Amino acid sequence: MIRSDIQSWFKGGTPWIWLNAGAIAIALVAVFGLLLLILFRGMSHFWPANVEAFHYQNNESALTVIAEIIESETVPLESLHNINLDKNADVGDEQGNVTRYLVKTGNRDILGSDFRWLYDIDLIDREQPENLMALERIEWGNFYGYLTAVYEKDKDGNEQLVADGDRAWTAFIKHLHRTIDIREQILELEQGDIGAINYQLERLRLKEKRLQLDDELTETEIKKLTDQRKDLKQEYDVLLKQTQKLYQQINRDSIRATVMDGSEVTIPLEKIVKAWQPNKMSFLNKIGFYIHTLWAFITEDPREANTEGGIFPAIFGTVMMVMLMAVLVTPFGVIAAVYLREYAKQGVLTRIIRITVNNLAGVPSIVYGIFGLGFFVYFLGGSIDALFFPEALPAPTFGTPGLLWSSLTLALLTLPVVIVATEEGLSRIPRSLREGSLGLGATKAETLWRIVLPMASPAIMTGLILAVARAAGEVAPLMLVGVVKLAPSLPLDGNFPFMHLDRKFMHLGFHIYDVGFQSPNVEAARPLVYATSFLLVVVIVSLNLTAINLRNRLREKYRALDG
Amino acid sequence: MTEAIATKIDPSLLTASTDTGHVEICMDVKNLNLFYGEAQALTDISFQMKKNHVTAFIGPSGCGKSTLLRCFNRMNDLVDSVRVEGEIILDGKNIYAPDIDVTSLRQRVGMVFQKPNPFPMSILENVAYGLRLQGISKRSILEEKVEWALKGSALWDEVKDRLDESALGLSGGQQQRLVIARAIAIEPEILLLDEPASALDPISTLKIEELIYELKSQYTILIVTHNMQQAARVSDETAFMYMGEMIEFGKTNEIFTNPAKKQTEDYITGRYG
Repeated sequence: MIRSDIQSWFKGGTPWIWLNAGAIAIALVAVFGLLLLILFRGMSHFWPANVEAFHYQNNESALTVIAEIIESETVPLESLHNINLDKNADVGDEQGNVTRYLVKTGNRDILGSDFRWLYDIDLIDREQPENLMALERIEWGNFYGYLTAVYEKDKDGNEQLVADGDRAWTAFIKHLHRTIDIREQILELEQGDIGAINYQLERLRLKEKRLQLDDELTETEIKKLTDQRKDLKQEYDVLLKQTQKLYQQINRDSIRATVMDGSEVTIPLEKIVKAWQPNKMSFLNKIGFYIHTLWAFITEDPREANTEGGIFPAIFGTVMMVMLMAVLVTPFGVIAAVYLREYAKQGVLTRIIRITVNNLAGVPSIVYGIFGLGFFVYFLGGSIDALFFPEALPAPTFGTPGLLWSSLTLALLTLPVVIVATEEGLSRIPRSLREGSLGLGATKAETLWRIVLPMASPAIMTGLILAVARAAGEVAPLMLVGVVKLAPSLPLDGNFPFMHLDRKFMHLGFHIYDVGFQSPNVEAARPLVYATSFLLVVVIVSLNLTAINLRNRLREKYRALDG
Repeated sequence: MTEAIATKIDPSLLTASTDTGHVEICMDVKNLNLFYGEAQALTDISFQMKKNHVTAFIGPSGCGKSTLLRCFNRMNDLVDSVRVEGEIILDGKNIYAPDIDVTSLRQRVGMVFQKPNPFPMSILENVAYGLRLQGISKRSILEEKVEWALKGSALWDEVKDRLDESALGLSGGQQQRLVIARAIAIEPEILLLDEPASALDPISTLKIEELIYELKSQYTILIVTHNMQQAARVSDETAFMYMGEMIEFGKTNEIFTNPAKKQTEDYITGRYG
């Protein structure tokens, strides 16, 4: 009886349904678990956690540590002997374990490192003083301490006390706003106007060299160039004066603060990015601060070997490279697929070509990188330089890794995906529609252009979606053909010709590698690795969603007939 | 083309004469053989198609009716392995002659398929498709011709308020009449109908049949059908085909009432097929 029950249970397919459901459940848990992990690890970094003062009693001395708890763990006591901490055997809990905390002390310039371990057994007391101040600085990471006074220089360069005690904080914030304003003005002048003048000067230099090479450097040309240079120089001098004045202004203010060992330090305001008093902030304040910090992370340039500041250039570079790749790969892939499916005589040769194309998708991406470096960068780029940019030589223009070559290499990498998807789409167009068009006197090309390709466009988009997903996550080949740790300027700016395909660029994938493995400050970089990973996922997902949305619209428009 | 239209509306032709002596020959098929690779699909077919008549092809499945129909606008060219021997004379020229332009032939010989195959465009654009191919792009001319074609296929009243909506939203019968409008919009001389009503419900079928009867005055029509009642109702001449051969060809009346061949009689009376 039971046996036949089990038999019918098997026959009904129930176990297989459970197996399938289980597999899907595991896959979903894995995907969402991963996403949640990087989301939590990455995004919690920007939260202004409370800063505590730990009163700490060690064998040798008593001291106070002002720090933020990053994580805590329980370790067996024996392992502590190994790291040379002499402990009595009776401390720790019943299992002989102690809790230790990884804390961020900041003040790298004073203490030598940002992080240290604190042991539970040594703690006497911990508190969260209200007036504790945290600073994000341009250099040396965070600062934690107590604000004592604000000073500003008068005209003769003597420091005058502005405020101290309880009124110091308000005065400090007011002065900080002023400093930040000036800093933004300086940045705008240096990167915008002065950058543009430098760019124009460089173009003039190249123009002169070009004329020289062509033997057309006449007196009038020289005069014209000199005049232009003079004009630019004048503009430059004016801007330089402005900048110098701003620099003087930005140097005006400074603060005094005491750190955890009681000593007082002077911090010029120009070195401070932002300031906050975490223990005083309400929850809502903290949320506002969090959003602000996150926004800065997304929109600002990186600092301090990429371990501080934002990742905007990397986001921009990734998106730009992927879009350029899509623009390059689509026509190539579609034309190849149309020829293979519609025009080529179907036989052994086309079959071999198809197998080859499919196998191309399996070639390791680093191999494409090598090919891109050898063929695109050195051969194509070198030839382009010799033909069109001889004036810049020996400095290469296109004969060096750059955005264009990266996009082309990735276009090559993703070409098989687009070809296969397009062919699939072409083969699904009902024969009756082609015949209907041909029957009205259309040629094959007209039928292709007016009926077949529009109807295959959703399939082409599917290919493109897969291509974008693959290309956006690819790092290895890019390291050879154009991605760098820190690009001096974006590939898109206000200087003619606006899009600089020859420039090197930053990429989120490489940024993750760089911050995670090449960083001098591993503990500080770790949350940024998670945050950058999460943003990479977000970028890829949003690129894909855009493409999917477009495809669904096309699908609706060219809804294939049944049969 | 203008001459062709002029002859089409010649009133003497509107009352279709059954006397072959007074009717022009539209197409002359001489010793047509067709091969798919090695296999012969049509064997030695010869007959004459009369202008402004409806000629029906009947016969069991796989007998070569559709293949024969697709010879008249050279749709068979699309199949790689097809080889055609013999001649089909249209206006004194063999349409399989090497100097024939296939696209202009297809503009003269329109075709409607078994399943309605509207393009995924608006109703207007569907009918205007063939006109646009001929280089007509002025909206006013297109609209005028589209209206004329839709009226010709008895669809105008049903769609005149939604010309810009997708053609895929029409019912099956409407779609088939749309496809007929699309075919007649470019003013062909001959219409090939490949089982035009087989995928439709009885009422739509009736409408299509009425339409064929009306279109006869302007076009020469060839129709392939499985439905013998339909052949009897709409056609002037009927050809019975079997295994790639044309067994019998004659006036519809005679084929259905007094067939000359035993095979024809067996098929018509439903003994096989």
